Amino acid sequence: MSRLQDKFQELKADNKTGLVIYITAGMPDAAGTIKAVKTAVEAGADVIELGIPFSDPMADGPVIQAASYQAIQRGMTLPKVLELVKEIRQFTQVPILGMGYINNMLNYGFEKLAVDAKEAGIDGFIIPDVPHEESGEMKQICQAQGLHLVEFVTPGTTDARISETCTTADGFIYCVSINGVTGVRKIDYSPINKVIERVKKQTDTPCAVGFGIGSPEAAVEAAQQSDAVIVGSAVVKLIMEEKYAEAGQLIGDIRQALDKKVS
Amino acid sequence: MSKGRFGKYGGQYVPEIVMPVLTELEAAYEKYKNDPEFLSDLRKYYVEYAGRPTLLYYAEKLTKYYGGAKIFLKREDLLHTGAHKINNALGQVLLAKRMGKKRIIAETGAGQHGVATATVAALFGMECKVFMGAVDMERQKLNVFKMRLLGTEVVPVTTGTSTLKDATSEAIRYWAAHIEDTHYIIGSAVGPHPYPTMVRDFQSVIGKEIREQIKEEAGGRLDYLIACVGGGSNAIGTFYEFRDDKDVKKFGVEAAGRGPAVGDNAQTLSNPDSRPGVLHGAYSYLAQDDDGQVIEVYSISAGLDYPGVGPEHAMFHDQGVVKYVGINDKEALDAFQLLSREEGIIPAVESSHALAYLEKLMPNTKKDEVVVVTLSGRGDKDVQQVAKALGEEI
Repeated sequence: MSRLQDKFQELKADNKTGLVIYITAGMPDAAGTIKAVKTAVEAGADVIELGIPFSDPMADGPVIQAASYQAIQRGMTLPKVLELVKEIRQFTQVPILGMGYINNMLNYGFEKLAVDAKEAGIDGFIIPDVPHEESGEMKQICQAQGLHLVEFVTPGTTDARISETCTTADGFIYCVSINGVTGVRKIDYSPINKVIERVKKQTDTPCAVGFGIGSPEAAVEAAQQSDAVIVGSAVVKLIMEEKYAEAGQLIGDIRQALDKKVS
Repeated sequence: MSKGRFGKYGGQYVPEIVMPVLTELEAAYEKYKNDPEFLSDLRKYYVEYAGRPTLLYYAEKLTKYYGGAKIFLKREDLLHTGAHKINNALGQVLLAKRMGKKRIIAETGAGQHGVATATVAALFGMECKVFMGAVDMERQKLNVFKMRLLGTEVVPVTTGTSTLKDATSEAIRYWAAHIEDTHYIIGSAVGPHPYPTMVRDFQSVIGKEIREQIKEEAGGRLDYLIACVGGGSNAIGTFYEFRDDKDVKKFGVEAAGRGPAVGDNAQTLSNPDSRPGVLHGAYSYLAQDDDGQVIEVYSISAGLDYPGVGPEHAMFHDQGVVKYVGINDKEALDAFQLLSREEGIIPAVESSHALAYLEKLMPNTKKDEVVVVTLSGRGDKDVQQVAKALGEEI
């Protein structure tokens, strides 16, 4: 069992909704990222998605684009992200997933990355520009190291693709709430909820809903069918402005709202 | 391995959101690519609207100037909107119509593909948005105005480096949010499958016409083909027909800009520092730094300064089917002036890179040999910039 699987099992046993917090590595700088992760974990984050900045983040909206761009300008690289994870592991065993685009990883060498990431304390990867069709070889490499490679479903994913994804999914399934990119906005969660219903019939792999969630209310709404919610841009925006207390407050409020939902 | 591979290159490295629409597009393209009605429709617009077939022109004075092989120019510059881009734009808009899409989007760097797309959108009465880097909008005001005149909304992109690669990312993001009613016309033979194949097919009319025309003009003899390569659509359109003709030596000319330093040129295949990677949905050669960040490339030609290259070119490069070479700004500017002076044809600064390779090739050619250069576009759009580069105020 991995840290991630343990966490989801624990959440299930406690009848709690998981909270995944995305933070761009290198924002506002390396020390700031450490502080941000600490803040998130203390405020109740169950899983950390650590963003590996890429120059051309196709699936991201304006906030994470800007964060990635600035992080690169300030010298963040994939090897430095691994160093950051080692530092984070000094104070927490929170599950950490590296979220990044495939080019940086191929450039590093995917097999080498899997080995080095495992050693650094990463539990898996989320790679938005690697859809199911392209994931085969990387999945094998990850599995050989005991790492998860998260797969995606969206409101438009066909039944046939849902079935294929469910057979290979591990860690959790990233359920993209809306056709579009990351960033806080009002979202109708019913289309993705229908997809989640179908997913649930085919696999026990947990579902986490992401894209657009920036408030306790939105988190509660998004959590109706899913095992966890993912919050990114709203937190990143505060961290970019070095408002750690506010970021902690927001994460804490979402945590409380999610906990209240079940009780 | 996934679909749409050229050797190990290509693929579909896109967010899951885009996968259903790529699958839909692939199915539509498979359905129509050999459909007689679709093809006759496309033919009709090629002939009656765009002005195909384009001339294969014997450049007699230029031939004399070099004193080697006979030089022919494939005159894509004579097409409506002034470049080969219309071949692809017409093909894709006809496909989009059949798919029931209401809106067309596109990315553009220099504005040529943007203008071609805006043109076909006007012709077919479709809503059109073109994404363009804010920096490029400033550099290419004339094309921005043309697109607006054609009824297109030009969307400024201010993220990243505010140039073509960022405009492409932004077009993909917009597409992801509007997949039901929107078709994305990628301007080059790049992007996720099926784009590289589809764009190549629509552009391969260039090579097919060369094959026919060279029979009449030179008894079928052909020894050399030259085309410029940014993303590589006019080049793949030129070379594809001749991919198995080993006797025809093919040269893809990339922009060597102002020098070999990283960021000073746009050479992705002819640069020893460049290596494969993933950008905008395809695995191909890519200009990137040590950490795998895509770098901003440079050329005097806005149509060649893209950090990636079509995946089929990557395969041709590895296989040695095409030789990829570099021509710098200065050499391109010289060729721009030479063709203007010798033949009374002002070439696009992109095409001038292909022409400039004649300087290197011609001394090694024989008089009975035949070379065809694809003149991908006309140079009206470039005169102001060239004047400036030559130190003249106009």
